[in-house]
Amino acid sequence: MSFAETFFNWDVLVNSFPLLLSGLKITLFLGVVAIIAGLVLGLIVALVRLYGVKPARIIAKIYIDIFRSIPILVLLIVVYYALPFVGLRLSPFMSAALALTLVSGAYTAEIFRAGIEAIPRGQFEASQALGLSYRHMMADIVLPQAIRIVIPPLTNNCINVMKDTALASVVAMPDLLKQATQAQALEANPTPLIVAALMYIAILWPLVYLVGRLEKKYRNEVAR
Amino acid sequence: MTDIVSISKLSKKFGSFTALDGIDLNVAEGEVVCIIGPSGSGKSTLIRCINLLEQFDSPGRIVVDGTTVKRGKELARVRAEVGMVFQSFNLFPHMTIRQNIKLAPMRVRKTGDQAADKLAQQLMQQVGIEAQADKYPDQLSGGQQQRVAIARALAMKPRILLFDEPTSSLDPEMVGEVLDVMKRLAESGVTMLVVTHEMGFARQVADRVVFMDGGKIVETGKPDAIFDDPREARTRNFLNAILAH
Repeated sequence: MSFAETFFNWDVLVNSFPLLLSGLKITLFLGVVAIIAGLVLGLIVALVRLYGVKPARIIAKIYIDIFRSIPILVLLIVVYYALPFVGLRLSPFMSAALALTLVSGAYTAEIFRAGIEAIPRGQFEASQALGLSYRHMMADIVLPQAIRIVIPPLTNNCINVMKDTALASVVAMPDLLKQATQAQALEANPTPLIVAALMYIAILWPLVYLVGRLEKKYRNEVAR
Repeated sequence: MTDIVSISKLSKKFGSFTALDGIDLNVAEGEVVCIIGPSGSGKSTLIRCINLLEQFDSPGRIVVDGTTVKRGKELARVRAEVGMVFQSFNLFPHMTIRQNIKLAPMRVRKTGDQAADKLAQQLMQQVGIEAQADKYPDQLSGGQQQRVAIARALAMKPRILLFDEPTSSLDPEMVGEVLDVMKRLAESGVTMLVVTHEMGFARQVADRVVFMDGGKIVETGKPDAIFDDPREARTRNFLNAILAH
């Protein structure tokens, strides 16, 4: 068998393509759900961590530290295989979405916190001295400046979440990687794996490019 | 004359450090008061208490234009009536000069866009920065930025303007243009409380000079009296030290 027949076998590709496509859809759906849920969770945790009452701030800090320390694969296996022992049985999709969201939320919280804390104290003081309400201070002064700071690291985090969706294949979720390994076993040919790899690159390369552009843009503009 | 600001028994501790130690001070309408004194004497802390950027200890009391300064609903009104110009300008970097000036009147006073625009135009002319209207703060020199900050504070039509060492972070050649603007404001009757190291300005413009040291007001009087004939040894030492060079 030639190299091309082994790794880029057209017949195998055609046969397995529908399976791969269904896997890609699930991967994208899982990634988008975890990213959005992680953003919401992260913003809430960041605000609690910065402005909550003291016990809430401590809980937020512990949450962030734990979920930044635990490997996602370990968390996923705990959620999927350990929680049923306490009567909580989640589907593969729910397990994966939960694990990814919890971890992404912790990273996102740190990104938001750093973004808000990067705004100089003078900006808060000038807003207060002018008599702006808390709402206007946040909406007109603090968040517009913080958003510019957090967009590149947030996009980076999106890339990581998308990549980590592949871990869901270990809890039998039919995502892109799972479908690719199955097709590979079925056809006794690695072409589906190669195609899956190319699909991951195709969705993530634009994001990687975007991060580079954004970082450059905001570096040039400095604060504005 | 009515007092715009009246401060009584004001104290403030940072941990075990006493920043302010029983300050009593009134500022009358139209008066220009300059506060001088060595670093760490509490000058900046004092004026930052007036709009509660710094929380002071009880039982100190500050009344601004009839309203007691404390946390709560009235605070926004006090802050709207008290303009402040900072040492480090603190302009909003993501907004143009015009937007910097228009924002607070529109958000706090609910001024319409056109009226705010007219107001901004007039203020930019007053401080000589109308040519920079659509630039961003980082495109301006320090002196220009500080003049924008003055215009931004004036846009709220405050009852009193507080200046926290407005020229201390400026290059020497830009100090004059900012002091000129402040001098013109003083002459037009704006009530001002100025923390400054510019003794020439204090002497020329102030109605009253307050010398602080160690969180206390050591001496207060007409500029000529303070600069030419200080009663307190501490005032004399301070003035000798800074006027010697």
